[in-house]
Amino acid sequence: MKYTLGLLSALTLTGAALAAPQTFDFKDPKGVNNAVFKLDAPLEAINGSASGITGTVSYDPENPGATKGKIVVAATTLTVPNALMKDHLHGDKWLDVKQHAEISFEVKALKNAKTTGNETTAEATGTFTLKGVAKELTVPVKLTFLPDKLAARSPNLKGDLLVVRSTFQIQRADFDIMPGQAADKVAETIEIVLSIAGASPK
Amino acid sequence: MKLRLRVIALALLVAANAWWLAAGANRGWTKTLLPVTALDEVTGLTGITYEKRFLPGLDLLGLAWLGAAVLAGASLISRTTTHTQTHTKT
Repeated sequence: MKYTLGLLSALTLTGAALAAPQTFDFKDPKGVNNAVFKLDAPLEAINGSASGITGTVSYDPENPGATKGKIVVAATTLTVPNALMKDHLHGDKWLDVKQHAEISFEVKALKNAKTTGNETTAEATGTFTLKGVAKELTVPVKLTFLPDKLAARSPNLKGDLLVVRSTFQIQRADFDIMPGQAADKVAETIEIVLSIAGASPK
Repeated sequence: MKLRLRVIALALLVAANAWWLAAGANRGWTKTLLPVTALDEVTGLTGITYEKRFLPGLDLLGLAWLGAAVLAGASLISRTTTHTQTHTKT
């Protein structure tokens, strides 16, 4: 009897441990993680990307709807192909990256999560912070859980990968980025495409 | 002098157009960084890095055209000056 109870306890504990959320680190040594931004104004289209992505996400494969975490983009890594345009973008009139070095999205809850196999689509609600202005946003996300795939990326490590994809739009006026000015050359709407992978070593 | 200026203006115009066309006829601003994409086969994500490369845009082409126009204009002024000097001597 004691043996049976002990075995049951051990199985319960193991089950609980397996079902525990995993923490995925999004600092990417491969340099693949990126956030693309697109602005399409009547006179000018601006496309660029940011590569300095860090942050962690807590993800439970048994309960993807409970996903939480924070992704941070280093504002200084925002790059456009034209050097002068990049200087203006980083300058105090536009993003002021010296004063506001981080752009972040902190996910507080996932709504309408639908999981098929290893893929989950949902609406992520959280706080998006840009140029020091924080706003509550709800954005569509797609999570792809890749169990035991970390070794395929980093041969010396074993573990899982989590790929997060999201495309959403923000209004620059909402974040105090030269509101109402130069709208013919710099679009009011900014489209952001986030494509990132995080690792959870075992 | 006026012929020399006009030849230089024409050469600048032809060279600038040829360079812009040969570089890919970029109809945007001049670029000093070009995005290079690489697919990560494990995650399916496309990474973006930038390599330093100079790609002339319409702004540089416009500047060359302006330079050519200034040279051509200067050739006209040069001709007038020469004519006045000749007339004074006579």
